[in-house]
Amino acid sequence: MKVTLKVYRFNPEADIEPHYDTFKVEAEPNERILDCLNKIRWQQDSTLSFRMSCAHGICGSDGLTINSQSALACQKLVEDYDYTKEILIEPLKYFDVLKDLIVDLTPFFERVKSVNPKTPSSPANVEPEKERLQSIEERSRFDDALKCILCGCCYGACPVMVEQDQEFIGPAAILREQRYIFDSRTADAQERLQVMQKPHGVWACKSYYMCTVVCPKNIKVTEAILRTKKKIIKEQQPKVE
Amino acid sequence: MIHEYDVVVIGGGIAGLYTALTAAENAKVAVISKVHVTRSHSVAAQGGIAASLGNEEEDHWEWHMYDTVKGSDYLADQNAVEILAKEAPNAIYTLEHLGVPFSRNAEGKIEQRRFGGHTKNFGEAPIKRACYASDRTGRAIMDTLYDQCLQKGVTMHNEVFIQHLLFALNNCCGVAGYDIATGTPRVFHARAVVLATGGCGKIYKTTSNGYASTGDGLALALDALLSLEDMEFVQFHPTGIYGLGILISEAARAEGGVLRNGLGERFMERYAPTLKDLAPRDIVSRAILKEISEGKGVDGKDYVHLDLRDIGKEQLNQKLPEITSFVKTYLGIDPSETQIPVAPTCHYMMGGIPTDVEGHVLADKAGTILPGLYAAGECACVSVHGANRLGCNSLIDLVVFGQRAGLSILKEIKARIIHPLPVQAENIVVDKINSLLESRGTERVAVLRETLQCLMTEECSVFRNGQTLEHSLAQIRQLKKRLLNVGLTNKSRIFNYELQEALELNNMLRVAEVIVYSALGRRESRGAHFRSDYPERNDEEWLRHTFVNETPTGLKESYKPLATGRFTPEKRSY
Repeated sequence: MKVTLKVYRFNPEADIEPHYDTFKVEAEPNERILDCLNKIRWQQDSTLSFRMSCAHGICGSDGLTINSQSALACQKLVEDYDYTKEILIEPLKYFDVLKDLIVDLTPFFERVKSVNPKTPSSPANVEPEKERLQSIEERSRFDDALKCILCGCCYGACPVMVEQDQEFIGPAAILREQRYIFDSRTADAQERLQVMQKPHGVWACKSYYMCTVVCPKNIKVTEAILRTKKKIIKEQQPKVE
Repeated sequence: MIHEYDVVVIGGGIAGLYTALTAAENAKVAVISKVHVTRSHSVAAQGGIAASLGNEEEDHWEWHMYDTVKGSDYLADQNAVEILAKEAPNAIYTLEHLGVPFSRNAEGKIEQRRFGGHTKNFGEAPIKRACYASDRTGRAIMDTLYDQCLQKGVTMHNEVFIQHLLFALNNCCGVAGYDIATGTPRVFHARAVVLATGGCGKIYKTTSNGYASTGDGLALALDALLSLEDMEFVQFHPTGIYGLGILISEAARAEGGVLRNGLGERFMERYAPTLKDLAPRDIVSRAILKEISEGKGVDGKDYVHLDLRDIGKEQLNQKLPEITSFVKTYLGIDPSETQIPVAPTCHYMMGGIPTDVEGHVLADKAGTILPGLYAAGECACVSVHGANRLGCNSLIDLVVFGQRAGLSILKEIKARIIHPLPVQAENIVVDKINSLLESRGTERVAVLRETLQCLMTEECSVFRNGQTLEHSLAQIRQLKKRLLNVGLTNKSRIFNYELQEALELNNMLRVAEVIVYSALGRRESRGAHFRSDYPERNDEEWLRHTFVNETPTGLKESYKPLATGRFTPEKRSY
């Protein structure tokens, strides 16, 4: 059957404004949106640019805005959308577009990096000869955050980032930090909590829950952020802006 | 633009990051990746990482070594396997200390589970040796190493595609490539260069590998006139999702899943009475295809079923959440209720760039070290996997030999003089890109690539024979000629993936030719290399490594005796 995709195009060498191109591709309902994009690039228009790698939702390369919602192109199938109509393919919101569906992820990776304390703290002060012990329950406290694949879908979906506070550190960076803060082995959890309290940090989150809605790995992102806030209130002086 | 570093690592998977992290103790290190570093295919590793911790039951490194040697069909170098098995437990503890979030058992120790080919007491029964982080083991290790590398000041150069190794007086002194975002050349000047570029599964149509796995590092080695070792040994993972090739980890069978043919029979009992569904991958993949060829595929088709129904919903969600979600997403089925259609999928290259156990790249089969060049991970061949790798032995290989490469770099670079870069380093890349962009050729990258992928899957997979291999070789050479007449319709320098894929296809074709040529040369069946015209293993003639290199007149093969050791070859039954 024929599927119609309306695709955002922007060529920085030629265009002042972005525009949309419409493509029709032959595809089955159970094919990935990524497969459709590849058919366009390999059979119709080799200039269409988008990122991809693993093609099964674990590397995080192909975060896009599909029918106005952040998603991974390799994790969404044609049948996940009303394919009797056009499927709208756009780059992730919030980020600057470099070309077509490719966005500049520098602010994303900079933020993920910024939550790491400057001095390596792990391994913990005392290094046992074998592994440090951690109970199943302790391990479960940060299990959900480990699912994050750093795709950036949550940034494109977050109303705070997109509309209110460009400088907000963002859901994925908080999640990354939450993973360490709630890991019983982390020696510098308090220092990390302080990092979370910096301006545009954890308190900038207004719990819109959009990160949770779009997360391709079904992580309860907002809940993780709320748990971090609660921990600050319990263990430190909250510095709400 | 010229960048100056002590060490540049090409490839940001687990091997690359571990080497970088180790070297960063006392050197200025950069990791260069064709994708963003966090996207490297190590993140797709699911099931676990092998080490004889003995957390669940008695275990010994000698048992691990025995299993690895037997699993390799006796082609692995036993000195290297001994190092792997001995150093594995400490490598796991180091990972744990770095912060890797391993799953835990009731005692709070790292939990371990069974995995294919890993046994207790030299083959008696399956053993719990695989450490893991649910079924996201690769991702968990990658994320930790990434954070650690950032803390140690390792610089990440994302989306840079390396095209050339640079040499001065026979020393590797840097690399040259280009920025995918802009098409501008980038030259890296360094005292040590590490190849950690992973595999080349994308030369096959059905593969568990990502789009980036195109054998780039292997081609860089061929460019440098190096040989590739044991490339005929290509692993086909028995359980790829039918049609898609997406991996369903062996952990699914470790947790109680079984394979069933179209008649509902648990057929692995017939092929491996002791280990059954947890036999090594080469054996299980052949068994599946044999069932299918006898008409016992499901509904007469070319797949069998992986039955996870007995594991139960809760265990699936806890131990195998990732694959449970893959199956739901791509097949729309719940594995706790419905069986999964599976077939073998190209997964891993046992062969690669010859190295010694310190990570040095070897210039010849006599073992001459090529100064300044190191390799680790799937693109390297040390050789611990021989003719067939056991599950979970890849991740431990990356860590153990990644660390050893990093340590030898630290030891050696301070004493090494800085060799000047060859003049024109930048221009080589510019010329290469320009000639492709300006070519008026009529062949299309996507067409040639698909032809190669179908050819390799049809004629050079689990079963091969002289006739089909000869045919494949001629076809690949034809495709190489056609690639000379390739033309690009995308003339931009900004994120031009048609250009990138043309360069990748050249790498893929060259590596594919070496694979087929090596397979044609080895007239026996061993491990993953099964020749239906030579169905028996022949230890008298073939207990040796294949070396193949490019010469002006075509490929040339030679053979190197392997490092034997405490385990002498015996009949391989499970």
